Amino acid sequence: MSSLLKNIIRFVFFILFQAYVLDKVPPLHEYVKPILYFLFILWLPFSLSRSLQMIIAFIFGLCMDYFTGTPGLHAVPCVLIAYVRPFLLNILVPQETTELSYAQPSAKSLGTMPYSIYVLILTFMHNACLVLIEWLQFGDFIFFIGKVAATTAISLLLIFVTEVLFPRKARFRTNAA
Amino acid sequence: MPATCNLQLASMRNIFLFIRRFFNLLLFLALEGLAIYTLYNYNKTHQAFFGGIANEVTGVVSKKYNDVEYYFQLKKTNEQLAEENANLRKMLPGSFETADTAKTTYIDSLAKDTLGTRKFNFLVAKVVNNSVTQENNYITLHRGAQQGVKVDMGVIGPDGIVGKVIFISDNYSRVMSLLNRKSKVSAMLKKGLYSGELEWDGKDPSFLTLHSIPKSAKVQKGDTVLTSNVSEKLSFPAGLMVGRVEEIIADPSSNFLTLKVRSATNFYTLQYVYLSDNLEAAEQQQLESKTPKD
Repeated sequence: MSSLLKNIIRFVFFILFQAYVLDKVPPLHEYVKPILYFLFILWLPFSLSRSLQMIIAFIFGLCMDYFTGTPGLHAVPCVLIAYVRPFLLNILVPQETTELSYAQPSAKSLGTMPYSIYVLILTFMHNACLVLIEWLQFGDFIFFIGKVAATTAISLLLIFVTEVLFPRKARFRTNAA
Repeated sequence: MPATCNLQLASMRNIFLFIRRFFNLLLFLALEGLAIYTLYNYNKTHQAFFGGIANEVTGVVSKKYNDVEYYFQLKKTNEQLAEENANLRKMLPGSFETADTAKTTYIDSLAKDTLGTRKFNFLVAKVVNNSVTQENNYITLHRGAQQGVKVDMGVIGPDGIVGKVIFISDNYSRVMSLLNRKSKVSAMLKKGLYSGELEWDGKDPSFLTLHSIPKSAKVQKGDTVLTSNVSEKLSFPAGLMVGRVEEIIADPSSNFLTLKVRSATNFYTLQYVYLSDNLEAAEQQQLESKTPKD
């Protein structure tokens, strides 16, 4: 399967999964809300240019927004993590080797530790930004801190489960592909 | 002359170099700006920008999902509707014993139609999308402008009120649920008829909060809360069920009470709702807007 087709399928799948599975889960508490959809942006291939990544993230976020009925709310954090992603990868990745030989970020291509840090930082940034927008409209500081901590923990758990359930083959990039 | 020309060219080139150098940063700022703009101008610009196309598309997907999900709730929906039918049947004239008028003479002095004129019209609609987990929850109904839905219509469930229509496309309409931080509906206590503002604090989907009830109102736990006869948008008929008082919180710094109300509507299992169309709303609003502001 080509990388483009795979990513289009992921795009649709992540949005539908978030909108019709995770958002339908009865809330345990005000703070505890499962968010997973942004994993699509974390999994985008290395080969995309930075501006293209941001445009994809913007469209992705806006599509998510139309299902929850709040245009712009998810687009802001999505564009933010798409902007930060290349900087983070530059720091975490031994440039010459990885980006040339692997297609996309994964535990195998980056190494378990750097990949965990990459996921942790972007998850935290995404959720902090999302909750900050909500906090600006209502709520107090305890709401902000509590919700960021709780959603980040839940998101990390979900990402871990997803990585275990759907192991991506970290294929080497070849000239043929 | 050539010197200034060169200078201009150089400055132009500098601008282009600047744009090229910081293209990603500028694109980032532009996209974030656009996103924040849509976020804060949602209700105003949405119709003009997208013409309801996005609403139609998400509506169709939600309809497909609901077709499956609906089967799991058929039993509960059926019970709800049967119960509502029973309640309506109780109101039929046939259920009452007519007064014995044979022995008294009675002269009807009213020379006009005592049935009055119709003020509210009701439309039925299927819920195709509903959420309770967000901070701002919305509901999608499979009934739109072509089927007679208008903005600001009230939405009523089998057990109580649900929300208000905020915008419409051809075949679908979007409803702001009571479970929304921006939702504000006027409601009153059945005992004493004190009106207040009904809002949601975002915590628990089964509880709403009723503000600005004066402390002089003798409120007790379990008191009924109904829709008010005074409201700004005039969406709901007065006296519809909203919920029951669960907790009374007195604010020591003001003269008002805050009431925690258990919502009559179960937002988890909404399947069919009614849209209430106030036929006299425009007339009343027009009259009220004529009030001199001095």
